[in-house]
Amino acid sequence: MPELNLSSAPAHLRHGSNIGQPLTRRDGVLKVKGQATYAADNHPPGMLFAVMAVSTIARGRVTSLDVAAAKRHPGVVDVMTPDHKPELAIDPEIKTNPFVFRMEVLQSNEVRYANQPIAVVIAETLEAATEGAALLAPRYETLPPLVGLDAGESFVPPVVGVGNPTENHRGDVEAALASAEKQIDATYETPPQYHNAMEPHAIVAAWEGDRLQVDMPTQGLMLSLARIAELFGIAHDKIHIRSPFLGGGFGSKGLMSGPPTLGIMAAKLVGKPVKLVLRREQMYGPVGHRAPTRQRLRIGTDGEGRLAALDHHARTVSSTFDDFYEPAADASHTLYAAPAIRTSHDAVRVNTGTPLFMRAPGEATGSIALESAIDEMAWACGIDPLAFRLKNYAEVEPITGKPFSSKALRACYEQGAARFGWAKRPLQPRQMRDDSGLLVGWGMGTATFPALMFQAEARAVLRRDGTGAMEIGAHDMGQGAWTALAQIAADELGLDIDNVEFKAGTSDLPDAGIAGGSAHTATAGAAIHSAGAAVIAKLADLATGDERSPLFGAGNAGVIARDGRLIRRDDESRSESYAEILARAGVAEVEARGTGAPNPAAMEEYAMHAHGAVFAEVKVDPELGQVRVTRMVGAFAAGRIVNPRMVQSQLFGGMIWGMSFALHEEAITDRRSGRIMNANLGEYHIPVNADVPPLDVITVEEHDPHVNALGIKGVGEIGITGSAGAVANAVWHATGVRVRRFPIRIEELLTQR
Amino acid sequence: MNHSISLTVNGARRDFVLDDPRVTLLDLLRERLHLTGTKKGCDRGQCGACTILVDGKRINSCLALAISHDGADILTIEGVARGDQLHPVQAAFIAHDGFQCGFCTPGQIMSAIGMMQEAQAGNDPERVRECMSGNLCRCGAYAGIVDAVLEAQAGMDESNQRRSA
Repeated sequence: MPELNLSSAPAHLRHGSNIGQPLTRRDGVLKVKGQATYAADNHPPGMLFAVMAVSTIARGRVTSLDVAAAKRHPGVVDVMTPDHKPELAIDPEIKTNPFVFRMEVLQSNEVRYANQPIAVVIAETLEAATEGAALLAPRYETLPPLVGLDAGESFVPPVVGVGNPTENHRGDVEAALASAEKQIDATYETPPQYHNAMEPHAIVAAWEGDRLQVDMPTQGLMLSLARIAELFGIAHDKIHIRSPFLGGGFGSKGLMSGPPTLGIMAAKLVGKPVKLVLRREQMYGPVGHRAPTRQRLRIGTDGEGRLAALDHHARTVSSTFDDFYEPAADASHTLYAAPAIRTSHDAVRVNTGTPLFMRAPGEATGSIALESAIDEMAWACGIDPLAFRLKNYAEVEPITGKPFSSKALRACYEQGAARFGWAKRPLQPRQMRDDSGLLVGWGMGTATFPALMFQAEARAVLRRDGTGAMEIGAHDMGQGAWTALAQIAADELGLDIDNVEFKAGTSDLPDAGIAGGSAHTATAGAAIHSAGAAVIAKLADLATGDERSPLFGAGNAGVIARDGRLIRRDDESRSESYAEILARAGVAEVEARGTGAPNPAAMEEYAMHAHGAVFAEVKVDPELGQVRVTRMVGAFAAGRIVNPRMVQSQLFGGMIWGMSFALHEEAITDRRSGRIMNANLGEYHIPVNADVPPLDVITVEEHDPHVNALGIKGVGEIGITGSAGAVANAVWHATGVRVRRFPIRIEELLTQR
Repeated sequence: MNHSISLTVNGARRDFVLDDPRVTLLDLLRERLHLTGTKKGCDRGQCGACTILVDGKRINSCLALAISHDGADILTIEGVARGDQLHPVQAAFIAHDGFQCGFCTPGQIMSAIGMMQEAQAGNDPERVRECMSGNLCRCGAYAGIVDAVLEAQAGMDESNQRRSA
């Protein structure tokens, strides 16, 4: 291939018609035919099955395992225990960076939480491995477990979330509260929640000499690869991870955890490929969860209902051996214009697997408390909850004073309220009944989520046959990366989407960053954008520098890339196809790389958030206390919408999670044993189809020139925020009973009356 | 002890020797016949990801022992389409975005086909929601699932009318 020189100031545009189109999922046919390959669907030749044995105590030590009994069972090949396992290259207790969490990979006999892996049985069949694990019959030395938000002495953690300050303040909260006309002081509790992706965590690991092939669902291919390399002491280029489809992640598949590591160890131990799939109940421990919180909100207003002070304190828990602190109080930083704001956190340690990011970590827990408290404050002031929020609308970010990069929240309030019919809402609770005598209530909440960006790289190719390729190790956990990122790629390459080969989902592709923080489309999209620009610039140089091309000399004017042709920007009658340009230049293809990254200057200047407003109706049986959500309307402004069909699905999903937060989800820990008593999908309630009412989503148009080159803010998590509070507030409006412990239970509605 | 059983799977007769009586229909399909379209989400009949049709009825294959279904006629997600031609329920799931991650989708589709054969929901969205509530979807694609089932049902009613006319 001849050397290509890039001109210094390419001013080339790419035009396309893919972004913004409601394409159906490009992986849809595979998924409806059962042909999409999830990790556990792989079956390399000679593969064995591994099953974990997990602890039935929450704190103590394993004193014996009946390994002989397990080994005697026909089909059992080996039993991996702390005394019999391959050595790791690094102590799994060492945290080499903030995205490394401690894990249990049989490094000792200590038990730190219930459902911790304590052995792995490897067998020729799944049935034999399962039976072998049961035959281990562990004996323990048991210590009393630490359970709950008052388990011990509280402490102030150094940071919350990922590096957020534990405390923030602006103005003098105590003075403002003391002189406020009206005040509320309310404490809310949220329970432990588990991600419960439909696909259990799974791995198929195969060593070929010193090379490792891994099939594993991951939201972070390169983070996982780096952690595996570190743990097993092998070079990055010896590891290949395939993760084309995740059966949901929600944060629990972001970072390498203990169980997949055990799968790789087991494969090494027996010298054969091994499949290890978690049983559903085993997902309540070693793969993360949302920590419980207790949140105290103190709010004060002046005589007209204008906020004077907002104080939000959150107590949470972490494990006894590692640190992740749900940043719940940070939800009060961005929404309401209080001149004095303080947020703070403290924590206790309990015998649990380490908490982790779970869809809207901090934002979801904080939002349901904040939106409930704002509702209570509005009622105390005798003001409609929407009018109260508009009265306290933040024109700049309250905690920092920065202007917003864009904020169409007013339009969300207006359009959502109009669609819902909010204007007819009586101010007093317990005023509305339906024809069958059920109490009817209407509630609302404000939604918000930060517009984040991580780092990513992409590689773009244009080929002589008129097609192109875009390569990026992106992850599709259901949000639609296979489709939305391909749409962006097609536009950036100026090609029809059917002429673009879009490659994603494996670790040999450029690093797409983590699929989390609602930032994947923005981050990977920005990398695709810049790779597309770079490859078009190379192609343009070939044409504009060649006197045989109709584009010769157009270098300063620039070209437009569209429909597989470069077109002179100031004279659209002059154009040439990519194929012609490459053929004449005698090259098979041109390629270029591009990166996506946050813009520190823009972040310094602007507060960047998506916003929304959610309205909910519930009906409550006055005798039985049974609550049903009967309709929900959400209006969201999240910058540019790449694929409206999939964005609607994401927002629906988030709103259902919000409803679930308010009414359904809770992991219940037995105080004596420290075990989770409902570690299954029958008793840990998530909404079923019949629980979910007709939902209505409005996407409010919003142009944001600052967040990133494409103006994308992300929609993966915002739907939970606002929705949970809207449902809780609707329950109050229906019944006049304010429940401050979530999920809202029938018994509290019946006994508080 | 080995047990010989024969099943009809997606129209083809499969005879095999089962070396273990503990094998469920789900694990037989996935791990021995390598028909991995059917998914395991909970292994205890609570999520519906493993739904298949046995003799025309939808069941949770994780709760069924293979050995007790000798002679059964089994339809899995792999047997629903005719080559490239999707079953109307499959096509409707794509059109209405009745899934996100796709993991529960084979079970949802098999459950929908079974439910339509039971003729107990018809075109009533409330009944569809109720009759599809054995199939969990954590992504929350329920609205699309209901719309897809209703569209497929309407298409089936129409073609039945044409046939009887």
